[in-house]
Amino acid sequence: MATTERRGKQRSDTDVAGVVDRNGSRVDDATLLDLYRKMTEVRLFEEAAQRGFRQGKIGGYLHVYSGQEAVATGFLAAHREGDKAITAYRDHAHALLLGSEPGAVMAELYGRGTGLVKGKGGSMHLFDAANGMMGGYGIVGGHIPLGVGMAYGMRYRGEPGVVQLYLGDGAIHNGAFHEAANLAGLWGRDGLNPTLFIIENNQYGMGTSVERATAMTDLAAKFDSYGIAHEKVDGMDLGAVLACAHRVVDQVRETGRPYAVEALTYRIVPHGAGDFFEKYRTKEEVREWRERDPIGLLERRLIESGAADEERLGAIRAESKRAVEAAVRFADESPDPAIEELYTDVYADEVGSGR
Amino acid sequence: MPVMTYREALKTAMADEMERDDSVVMLGEDIGVYGGTHVITDGLLERFGPKRIIDTPIAEGGFTGAAIGMAMTGLRPIVEMMTWNFSFLAADQIIQNAAKLRYFSGGQVTVPLVIRGPNGGGVQLSAQHTHSLEGFYGHFPGLKVVSPATPADVKGMMLTAIRDPDPVIFLEAGALYGTKGEVADGDATVPFGKARVAREGTDVTLIAYGRQVNLLLKVAETLAAEGVSAEVIDLRSIRPFDAATIVESVRKTHRAVVVQEQWRWFSVASEVAAVIQEEAFDDLDAPVERVSGAEVPAPYARNLELAAFPSEAQIVAAVQRVLYRT
Ligand SMILES: Cc1ncc(C[n+]2csc(CCOP(=O)(O)OP(=O)(O)O)c2C)c(N)n1
Ligand SMILES: [Mg+2]
Repeated sequence: MATTERRGKQRSDTDVAGVVDRNGSRVDDATLLDLYRKMTEVRLFEEAAQRGFRQGKIGGYLHVYSGQEAVATGFLAAHREGDKAITAYRDHAHALLLGSEPGAVMAELYGRGTGLVKGKGGSMHLFDAANGMMGGYGIVGGHIPLGVGMAYGMRYRGEPGVVQLYLGDGAIHNGAFHEAANLAGLWGRDGLNPTLFIIENNQYGMGTSVERATAMTDLAAKFDSYGIAHEKVDGMDLGAVLACAHRVVDQVRETGRPYAVEALTYRIVPHGAGDFFEKYRTKEEVREWRERDPIGLLERRLIESGAADEERLGAIRAESKRAVEAAVRFADESPDPAIEELYTDVYADEVGSGR
Repeated sequence: MPVMTYREALKTAMADEMERDDSVVMLGEDIGVYGGTHVITDGLLERFGPKRIIDTPIAEGGFTGAAIGMAMTGLRPIVEMMTWNFSFLAADQIIQNAAKLRYFSGGQVTVPLVIRGPNGGGVQLSAQHTHSLEGFYGHFPGLKVVSPATPADVKGMMLTAIRDPDPVIFLEAGALYGTKGEVADGDATVPFGKARVAREGTDVTLIAYGRQVNLLLKVAETLAAEGVSAEVIDLRSIRPFDAATIVESVRKTHRAVVVQEQWRWFSVASEVAAVIQEEAFDDLDAPVERVSGAEVPAPYARNLELAAFPSEAQIVAAVQRVLYRT
């Protein structure tokens, strides 16, 4: 029987200056500064994408990750070769952090033939299987069973990997989540489900707050029903996320049993780039959260601990900016997909395609 | 007659009916506080309160099923599917319960339910967010399926849908929400099962529904300049289906081209073509042509998406073929 371990409220293992990695040693300054570079690159990438959307270079839906960077940055720092990650449509950061070329990601948003998925999927469907990025999905909740199945498949094949399965606070009320979580708990009893559920609780599913979506607002505790242990983490604090991530990823890998973390975070931008009015939350609320912006928080910690000075951080931001500018240039200069691509990739075996 | 947008006409019909009949309630994601993703329901929460304008979690199967239950007790729920793409999660409830309850209860129970939302593509939403589900829902006996193309029709058919005693799949042309047209004041209902001749002509019958109707009207202009007189028929309703209007037109023109955004195989156009050959075979001077979406999941890139949907050029080419002008 699975024993359900409840760790209750937010736990901040330690702050950045004292972050402990999986071997118990302090995460060195160079690693932290590299994560700072990644977080700023993700933020600047998203801002460039929003500009591209306003300029009409990006069509369809565009959901950016601004405000939530510490979550994926922290958890994916614990990603190892052979691991997999899967998420919904707010997926640019996950692809970038797993190592996708920023140019290929931007080209995908621009709908170019050089895009990560050849211009076929767009913003919501980033895939980079070689790096463990298993997508990018547009139907809320729809990817959750896939993550659980991938975890089973990997253990079945004797692979040591884990699946980082990201989902939103809104997605947790969908039937697919409950069915899949139950399976994960069940299969995990036999060590056949190394799924790490990561709830990115940014407080809203579009315009519906957690309080307006459920009478039981402790989202991590929903996993109790399925025999899956869980905890919460401050998703604005990279140090807290990092410490949690290394510990729980190792645990899931060793046990083959699922685990869940609810990361408390906030989307400081509208739900989608096309949304103009936000009747469902106040400007003050957004402002308050912006004060806990994960990037600003990390900067203060890095300076306080003496890991870097303002000048050093400025140089890192400039490096990120150059990387994003290069990505935009690459996307802009890339050609449209060839028209013949319309009919490719429908079937692995084109026989009987009925075209 | 007042001129209003498709969006306003739709909202007017629902609000008028909610004023008239307090058994009408509305459920859906972000229809209240958020104002509606497509701004169809903006202001209704303030007007009718949270007991009648029910914001739901993202749980399509659950709230659609609950709406069916409400309908079974005599309410007249309107369910907003934020987009029809999400209705697959509710398909079990719609098909297994709503469509069949009256039948398998031996007529004891009826389900006066409207499920509505934007259908179809054209704005680069790619594979999972681009579906035209007329054929899919049209397949199931027990459902009524309509697809209005004009502001007047969207109002008139919504009034009919809410008053209808059976479950209605109300497929809005999302791409047309901002288009304007004349809409009669008051109780201007439009019946189901009655197609509309959108333009009269004598040489060829062009048939569509939803946003493709506007495309056909454009094509008809182009053809007129080339000396071809095209009749344009707007099906309006998929189930019940108005075979008579189509057959009457084909008896006059002897040629037909059916246009749809959805995939061709097992589709509405296939059904229209079959009905024409069954009922007007001797009147036909050419095989019925179908112009449809490309048989691929919808792509994202603009150039690929444009290539995936029926174009003016494709329709004109099909007309040339049925006129043996190629
Ligand atoms: C099944 C389904 N229903 C509705 C939608 C429309 N939709 C897109 S995002 C979203 C909100 C999801 O919220 P959450 O899971 O909290 O993720 P977040 O956007 O906050 O990252 C909704 C309702 C959808 N894509 N799929
Ligand atoms: Mg959310």
